[in-house]
Amino acid sequence: MTSPMLELRGVEKSFGPVHVLSSVDFTANAGEVTALVGDNGAGKTTLVKCIGGIHRVDAGELIFEGSPQPVRGPRDAALLGVEIVYQDLALCENLDIVENMFLGREEITGRRTLDENSMEKLAERALASLSVRTVRSVRQVVASLSGGQRQTVAIAKSVLWKSKVVILDEPTASLGVAQTGQVLDLVRRLAGQGVAVILVSHNMNDVMKVADSIGVLFLGRMAAQVRRADVTQTQVVELITAGRSGDLGLSPAESTGAAL
Amino acid sequence: MSAQADEILARDEPDGPEPDGPKPAEGPAALGAYTRGYLARVRGGELGSIPALVGLIVITAVFAVVHQGFLSAYNIEALVIQAAPIIVMAMGLVFVLLLGEIDLSAGTTGGLCSAITAVLILRHGASWWLALVLGLLAGAVIGFGMGWLRARVGIPSFVITLATFLAFQGVTLILIGGQGSVILPDSSPLIRLENSFVPLWLGWVLLALFVAGYAAIKLTDALGRRRAGLSRVPFTVIAAKVVALAALGAAFTYELGINRNLTTNAFFANKAQGMPWVVVLLVILYAVWHFVLTRTRYGRHIYAVGGNEEASRRAGIVVSRIRISVFVICSGMAAVSGMVAASLLQSVQSNAGAGNTLLLAVGAAVIGGTSLFGGHGRVIDAVLGGLVVAVITNGMSDLIQGANSAGYEWVVTGAVLLLAAGFDAVVRRARAG
Repeated sequence: MTSPMLELRGVEKSFGPVHVLSSVDFTANAGEVTALVGDNGAGKTTLVKCIGGIHRVDAGELIFEGSPQPVRGPRDAALLGVEIVYQDLALCENLDIVENMFLGREEITGRRTLDENSMEKLAERALASLSVRTVRSVRQVVASLSGGQRQTVAIAKSVLWKSKVVILDEPTASLGVAQTGQVLDLVRRLAGQGVAVILVSHNMNDVMKVADSIGVLFLGRMAAQVRRADVTQTQVVELITAGRSGDLGLSPAESTGAAL
Repeated sequence: MSAQADEILARDEPDGPEPDGPKPAEGPAALGAYTRGYLARVRGGELGSIPALVGLIVITAVFAVVHQGFLSAYNIEALVIQAAPIIVMAMGLVFVLLLGEIDLSAGTTGGLCSAITAVLILRHGASWWLALVLGLLAGAVIGFGMGWLRARVGIPSFVITLATFLAFQGVTLILIGGQGSVILPDSSPLIRLENSFVPLWLGWVLLALFVAGYAAIKLTDALGRRRAGLSRVPFTVIAAKVVALAALGAAFTYELGINRNLTTNAFFANKAQGMPWVVVLLVILYAVWHFVLTRTRYGRHIYAVGGNEEASRRAGIVVSRIRISVFVICSGMAAVSGMVAASLLQSVQSNAGAGNTLLLAVGAAVIGGTSLFGGHGRVIDAVLGGLVVAVITNGMSDLIQGANSAGYEWVVTGAVLLLAAGFDAVVRRARAG
């Protein structure tokens, strides 16, 4: 098997005396959806920010496509093809879809003016490649879009920029049933394009529906990373709440937090 | 197209057939689609220039009915030269308003800069162009200082500019001294801006160039979009806009081509006909700033920062630099406005730019459709809003006579500003909802 798109080995992160991540291993394969789950305070957000270069790891390696890479800041992560879609989406409501997708990376013509036509074409193409049919026009302002459509725009941005690792932070948290279904379809299609998708979610239904692999964080440790096909929802919930389930997960001593 | 885009497109090419959807409609179907899209945007709260245009037409019609001679060539000229300093200042204010900031000192900044120029010419014997450049430069420096205080020190712009609003009135008073005003010499070319006129033939030539330029830009855009396979503005709509612009421009040029000099005195025998030179200045300023806001990366980033500062920062935009730059533009334009006002009055008063100068300019921008909450605004807003404000002040001053007329004018102006701001707030809620 080829090396995974992204692999974390022995990642450690502390904030002062607080040990947030200890010896975390995690892999995300190209073309797969890897869920990252865990209770509040388990370290999901910190781990995501380490991958995105917002936090620097204290120890351990970030390995992209088989080669260890130093990630010293968000720019390094962006150059490696990491795109984080935050829960607040970071869209400008007064700008249209094209303008948002190209924000900060606008195309320029030879005369130093904005190349609106090529940007519009590329944006349409990115949305079409995800089979998005919910958007009437790419020249609609974001203020007029629904929550699901906004999520779609944020995800399509990562397709546009040929991201290799896309981290989605709670993409369905504020959506209704129908829109959640649409966004989950989108997540699958994104993985289908060969992207390593990391889905951070609290929603067990979503995770069990779309994930190929599930990593469970418990008190800053990776309790287990399991294939979706090998586990039941009950086992995952046990891993989240107790750090172990049967012979899966941390040892009894670790799971009580004693080792910390 | 940039190399970056080429690369992205090239990597996509081997995928076979274009994944683009059905080709955009042409002919009457395109006109229908365009109209539906436009109506949908209007319903979504993007009213554009509609309220300002309707307002302008209605109040002009009202004044034309109740006040004979309101649409006379003489009064139209008065309207234009009164509106000019308001419009110029409002153009600058649009930039700070786009970021959700305010510059309360734009009026007194303009007054101070024109005082600097006037004092340099009259007391220090500086050539008029050097004095003009230094006056404008003073505006830019003032803007940089205020922008720096806002972006780097973090003082709210309301407080910074309230402080400078007061302080600059003092500086102007000190500069000009006890005599109350500095009269510009008749020979100063600065005076010609508002008081001399474009020759008739040149007026028509400039109008033809302006309309042709507008048509060329719109056609190039539409053809470029058709080549790219994108939906475009139907040619009938473009043609209608060009014809409307040409008709309006021709009416304006014709009206101001009438000789307005009614005196038969031999001393004043030279004819007063043609549009004031300031009209040319307004068109140039409009074209430049409209281009900057709509066609450059910098302009796009101004809208982005006004819409969502955090998103802009994550997209790699240096927010503080954008913020400082809009204050520089605003104060620089305030300085230009101060020069235009000095040209109109042929002097600089010790209270130049104080009083309701700023209120009228902010009112102009907001009446035109620029939001006080940031993110929404265009340069045309300043032009249309400025005309509305000028029509109101001009019409009111003729309509209300008597001892308290100035008082009524202030009340009406304040009410109109409040009305426009209320409208802005309601439209904003509609957009968000």
